[in-house]
Amino acid sequence: MDAESLLLSLELASGSGQGLSPDRRASLLTSLTLVKRDYRYNRVLFWGRILGVVADYYIAQGLSENQLAPRKTLYSLNCVEWSLLPPATEEMAAQTAVVKGRFMGDPSHEYEHTELQRVNEGDKAFEEEVVVQIKEETRLVSVIDQIDKAVAIIPRGALFKTPFGPIHINRTFEGLPLSEAKKLSSYFHFREPVELRNKTLLEKASLDPSLDFMDSLEHDIPKGSWSVQMERGNALVVLRSLLWPGLTFYHTPNTKSYGYVYVGTGEKNIDLPFML
Amino acid sequence: MEDTTSLEQEKENKEQEEAEKPWERKIPSSSQDSEPASSDPWEVEQGREIGPPPKNSPPRSPQSKDSTYLDDLRTPASPSHSSPRELSFIPSVLALAKQNLAIPSPSDRTTNEIPEAGKLHPDLLEQPSDKKEPIQHHSSQPEGNTCQLPQQPKPLLQRMRNVSHNDKPKGQRFDVFQEEDSNSNYGLDQTEPGASEAAPSMLETAIRNAKAYLLKTSSRSGFNVYDHLSNVLTKILDERPEDAVDIIENISQDVKMEHFNKKLDTLQNENEMLPTYEIAEKQKVLFLHGHLEGADQELEEEIVENSLPNIMESAFYFEQAGIGLGTDETYRIFLAFKQLTDTHPIQRCRFWGKILGVEMNYIVAEVELREGEDEEEVEEEDMAEERDNGESETDEDEEDELPKSFYKAPPVIPKEESRTGANKYVYFVCNEPGRPWVKLPSVTPAQIVVARKIKKFFTGRLDAPIISYPPFPGNESNYLRAQIARISAGTHVSPLGFYQFNEEEGEEEEEPEGGRDSFEENPDFEGIQVTDLVESLSNWVHHVQHILPQGRCNWFNPVQKNEEEEEEDEGKEEEKGEESDYIEQEVGPLLLTPISEDTEIQTIPPWTTRLSSNLIPQYAIAVLRSNLWPGAYAFSNGKKFENFYIGWGHKYSVDNYTPPVPPPVHLEYSSGPEVTEMDDPSVEQEQAFKAAQEAAALASEENEETEEDEDEEDDYD
Repeated sequence: MDAESLLLSLELASGSGQGLSPDRRASLLTSLTLVKRDYRYNRVLFWGRILGVVADYYIAQGLSENQLAPRKTLYSLNCVEWSLLPPATEEMAAQTAVVKGRFMGDPSHEYEHTELQRVNEGDKAFEEEVVVQIKEETRLVSVIDQIDKAVAIIPRGALFKTPFGPIHINRTFEGLPLSEAKKLSSYFHFREPVELRNKTLLEKASLDPSLDFMDSLEHDIPKGSWSVQMERGNALVVLRSLLWPGLTFYHTPNTKSYGYVYVGTGEKNIDLPFML
Repeated sequence: MEDTTSLEQEKENKEQEEAEKPWERKIPSSSQDSEPASSDPWEVEQGREIGPPPKNSPPRSPQSKDSTYLDDLRTPASPSHSSPRELSFIPSVLALAKQNLAIPSPSDRTTNEIPEAGKLHPDLLEQPSDKKEPIQHHSSQPEGNTCQLPQQPKPLLQRMRNVSHNDKPKGQRFDVFQEEDSNSNYGLDQTEPGASEAAPSMLETAIRNAKAYLLKTSSRSGFNVYDHLSNVLTKILDERPEDAVDIIENISQDVKMEHFNKKLDTLQNENEMLPTYEIAEKQKVLFLHGHLEGADQELEEEIVENSLPNIMESAFYFEQAGIGLGTDETYRIFLAFKQLTDTHPIQRCRFWGKILGVEMNYIVAEVELREGEDEEEVEEEDMAEERDNGESETDEDEEDELPKSFYKAPPVIPKEESRTGANKYVYFVCNEPGRPWVKLPSVTPAQIVVARKIKKFFTGRLDAPIISYPPFPGNESNYLRAQIARISAGTHVSPLGFYQFNEEEGEEEEEPEGGRDSFEENPDFEGIQVTDLVESLSNWVHHVQHILPQGRCNWFNPVQKNEEEEEEDEGKEEEKGEESDYIEQEVGPLLLTPISEDTEIQTIPPWTTRLSSNLIPQYAIAVLRSNLWPGAYAFSNGKKFENFYIGWGHKYSVDNYTPPVPPPVHLEYSSGPEVTEMDDPSVEQEQAFKAAQEAAALASEENEETEEDEDEEDDYD
């Protein structure tokens, strides 16, 4: 959700029950304005909150003018002082995939993971236990990246691709019509397209290249990993991810207001296939 | 819009005419000068270029010139002959541009300037839409004064250039032109002067052709480029968006879409809006409710005061902790609760929380009905029992034919009476404020036991089936009820000392077994410091009974009824089940046990305590968050407390969910002579067998008597 319209956005996303306390809200409004100035971001998003056992991480993201350019992620524990997180790498993802359980809320906390490593010494090969230390900060970076890639979404038409390539906010976007708002195909993953390239020409034929340049949610795996609900008597459409419980996307049909926020434990719901 | 423009237009026309005079004076001269330049080849070329509009995109250079022209226009330093024009020019051009677009066929007098206007306004608006210039320019000409027509295209362009160089002497103008044109590559006059006589008619036809082309109606959509472009420009000028050129594609698209929208409106609108109105209508009833019953309000108040919880107050506290639904939604829920308490005989009720579902959500009310109001429960129980009996009966019918299963179902553990244990409260749910409240059926131990083994999302429909392994006895309403019971038992906590056991009342049989299950508010409770509540978990106690592995809060001994079934019972009990062969009594933590004794979830503490605000700690409240049931919260400000749940209704586990393995397969029948396959005996064997049988028959006859004797002897032992 845009940091500038934070209050309205929180109200719209409040159906999931996870808001911000008044002091957090106030401090976010103040500090994110400063973040925008200091880091010279075009747009600052309040990304959400990862609940730790001891403390919570508050996450914000800075966007440059090209909306799909790599986003800068910042975190804060007190909503006032923000620190920049390094960009996520695949190595990080592989490293942190072994960590289970809740976040602690201390970026310097180290998870210990015992790994069996095969050691070759001459002809003999034997397995040795190696304890790997994984910093919580690394895990945080990786989890945010995963959530961004998997479930950060925007309505169709909110962004458009300029003929020169960069992706800009579509100023003429006036919200999805009600009939479209209930369809998963009207929502796109807010990331570089992955699936689009695999589509056949026939499937691509009906796409508008300036609008349909991202993957739609329609073919997300597993099917049914989104809960689409109309709230307040069709005045608000809310999408909740079942894969990453805690992610709430809201959009008021026929208006420009849309956004997503994640408030959760930062754990993927790997039980999803059993739960549907 | 059109009215104003027409008014403006009149005014502007006058100005324009005045301003035009110097132009007109100048035009003939310049056009005469350049007469040779407007030759046939130019026209032909121009016509060709205009023909397919997309191709006709002149290079950047003219634009830059235009902009210099603009600059020149604006600078007051320009020579005297341009200054009178300058004053009225810019506004008039804009107005004319509008007028031209709004009214595609204006009067003769104005059209002469229109090409100019069409040409200039984009520059003035800083939108270099190159394509449109020539189109506007030429297409509108045929409507103009034909006398001036032959001269017009050229002079216009010349003037354009002229002005940018107007500090030069007039005499040089023609030369300047030649130079510029060759540089500017504007596609107008590379060619040398030719026969000037044929020019007017050729130019005219070329222009007509161009316009005719632009006005050609698309066979698919029924639009034409001319109208479309004028609509687009009208829209831009009406709405004046910032940086219009960046969104010109979308504007163009919007203009086209508008044509379609009108048709679709009648088809779609009605349907789309129906649910919106429906829920608004329903919620309106909630708001009206108070007024309608104004008459017997006094009577009402007595009950309402007792039963209706102050949801807004607790919502305020939870908001301090950053939890809770929006104020708006909370208030609607509040009203829905009022409706619930008004329509049902309710002793006390509480906003339990909200359970998210895939299609719809549940708002859950925890209710204690007034005495003597709970019946109708018995039937359901009977139904469940009948189902079990039915299965066993079918087995018995086929008894004589088929081998009988040795499996005996473990005894059905009866569900707890209402007002005790897991059925202490009655729960009502509704999907949205304003929709009807539905009472959930009371929970059976079997449901709780199975609910512990499965993990399913709620759909939001109470009658949805639960498809799972192990099979869940009931539908979603039962599952919901079971989860509510589990969550309540796990997460409902209160500050130490808020409740106390009531002394006089005590059920004799239960007390020694399951601990006391009734408590009352402690009148002497003096509150606990908020900091103490945050620092120590032992200041919080569970005030809902722990549910035993059996699925009941108070242990029920299944052995009392039928003792042969003892052995089978072990399988039934899992999770902490310390069952020996004798079915040891299951014991859970007693009521009002501090939560500091809760077990950890693999090194993760079960509770997280927090002060709601670190900035102003003196007025902060203590917030408790369950890590075992994500979404369960409790707050206390020292004296008051409240529990709340909002989430998907699932228990947290570090490891992923593994469905329980199916029970071990029953053993085969022990292999004996009856079930073992053997080779058919050969003829010799049969004969030998027969002989042996006969011999045996003879022998047995003899032996029989002796055997009987032995038997008798045995009996008498």
